[in-house]
Amino acid sequence: MSDLLQVEDLVVEYGGRHPVRAVDGISLTVRAGEVLALVGESGCGKSSTARAVVGMEKPAGGAVRYHGEPVPPLGLRTRAAALTAMQMVFQDPNSSLNPRKRVAAQVADGVAAARARGAGGPQEAGHWLEQVGLDRALAARYPHQLSGGQRQRVAIARSIAARPDLIVADEPISALDASSQAGVAAMMRRLCLDAGAGMLFISHDLSVVRQIADRTAVMYRGRIVESGATEVVWNDPVHPYTRALLAAIPRADGKGNLPQAPAAEAPAEWASEVPEALERA
Amino acid sequence: MKPRRLRRAVFARIPRAWLTPLAIIGLVVALAWIVVAFTASSFIPFSPTEQSLPRLQPPGGEALLGTDGLGRDVFSRLMAGAGVTIPLALLLVAVSTLVGVIVGAIAGFFGRWVDEALMRVTDLVMAFPTVILAMVIAASLGPSLFNAVIAGIVVSWPQYARVTRSLVLSLRTQNYVVAGRLLGYSPLRSLLRDILPNIAGPVLVLAALDIGTAILLLSGLSFLGLGAQPPTAEWGSMISEAMRNFDSWWIGVFPGLAILTVVMAFNFLGDSLRDILDPTSQTERESAGVAHAPAQAAGSDR
Repeated sequence: MSDLLQVEDLVVEYGGRHPVRAVDGISLTVRAGEVLALVGESGCGKSSTARAVVGMEKPAGGAVRYHGEPVPPLGLRTRAAALTAMQMVFQDPNSSLNPRKRVAAQVADGVAAARARGAGGPQEAGHWLEQVGLDRALAARYPHQLSGGQRQRVAIARSIAARPDLIVADEPISALDASSQAGVAAMMRRLCLDAGAGMLFISHDLSVVRQIADRTAVMYRGRIVESGATEVVWNDPVHPYTRALLAAIPRADGKGNLPQAPAAEAPAEWASEVPEALERA
Repeated sequence: MKPRRLRRAVFARIPRAWLTPLAIIGLVVALAWIVVAFTASSFIPFSPTEQSLPRLQPPGGEALLGTDGLGRDVFSRLMAGAGVTIPLALLLVAVSTLVGVIVGAIAGFFGRWVDEALMRVTDLVMAFPTVILAMVIAASLGPSLFNAVIAGIVVSWPQYARVTRSLVLSLRTQNYVVAGRLLGYSPLRSLLRDILPNIAGPVLVLAALDIGTAILLLSGLSFLGLGAQPPTAEWGSMISEAMRNFDSWWIGVFPGLAILTVVMAFNFLGDSLRDILDPTSQTERESAGVAHAPAQAAGSDR
């Protein structure tokens, strides 16, 4: 199967004369029908990668190819219809919905994008709301009349109503309360696979990633330090940073002991390159 | 029974935040003056321009508020003056809001050299003191009320352009605007559907607060002889004429009070509108039983 998304040596920098290098040459691919998780601590460049993939940031180096074509930066031009098959789910559901539009109209935007591309599918907003586990009656509401979890589901409904083949999800569950995080993540995986789409799922929640990702890439300081099949990375981490990250997941040991936080005790070691940690199968 | 239930139903629909004393006073006084402005000709006892009464009559006689130095009824002129100043002030504010929003939206959305060019023009206008510049423009166009309105528009649109530009700039990178663009929104559609509806509130507040300023500006220009020309009944020119008969206090005091009340009423309205549209005061609005998640956006990490 051909690669939906190819990222090659992507570099993202912010600022002018002395730029901060948020992403320092990463490569990854997403294939149709698979979920690739990108995990790492705050500030490691996960979100910058997502923004560069959809074109919100112009890469300072490297290339982002979608269906083999470079993704143009999201400038003043209208997005080509073919590119609307790449959709993004944002971290903060409070800011990803227009506060002055009813839910039905927001979802209808997604439907309109699908239609403009010639992709069929159900037209009514209610269908898509049910797909994400919401009541059809919510279509008449405004975003501020919904809970945070409902808002994120509406944002997901809008994305899938556009019939995407690639979803870029930038920490879609971190703004939700703990009780709904795993459910929303599992739902996103199911919707994605049902549609035969690929997903780049960005998260810092390792336990959720283990549930839903086929492959996992671990990022540290703008670089991918370990990548491969989720189970392999999870069960047998070889890079010191991955080990520290996995060791920090709280587990019930019955004695009430909390794990040591992965403090910056060995940053040099964490930033080290371990070639055998990449592309693990 | 029925009227009371009706009244209760009506009041229940008005959010509590609207029912502040200042909002009610502002609304009542402003509405009263607007009604007067459009109906004055039907109820005033004398023609506002006819010099038919004895000169310099004190208030209380045949002329309710006295007569001026040319034997004209002050009350009739006062009421007719509302019909001159208030509609023109509303027109001034409406046109300058429209111009300012269009310029500011284009500057903020398209950025780069378009922004640079448009903002330098607004800087040019804003570099001059407002009233002085309005006087210069009105004087060079020739003294008339219409030219005073033109002068008012020229000096007041830049503030709308500035505010609109900064609001558009802050909204342009909002996720819902980006989401719309990713769904294939054209720039114009993004501007009209995603951005402008969300900046309407602050711009309306600015416009409401500006109505009072516009009335003052028009009256001020008329006072200086650059706006309404005799014998037009205009509050500013009435005050100006009153200076010739300084002992007859009623000629100038009543137009002054009229300007004071109408300007304050519109300012109260503008202030209340700002409070109402402030998102943090919206807890009483819309249907009940909806939990409000903190509006604070979690910082996106890069």
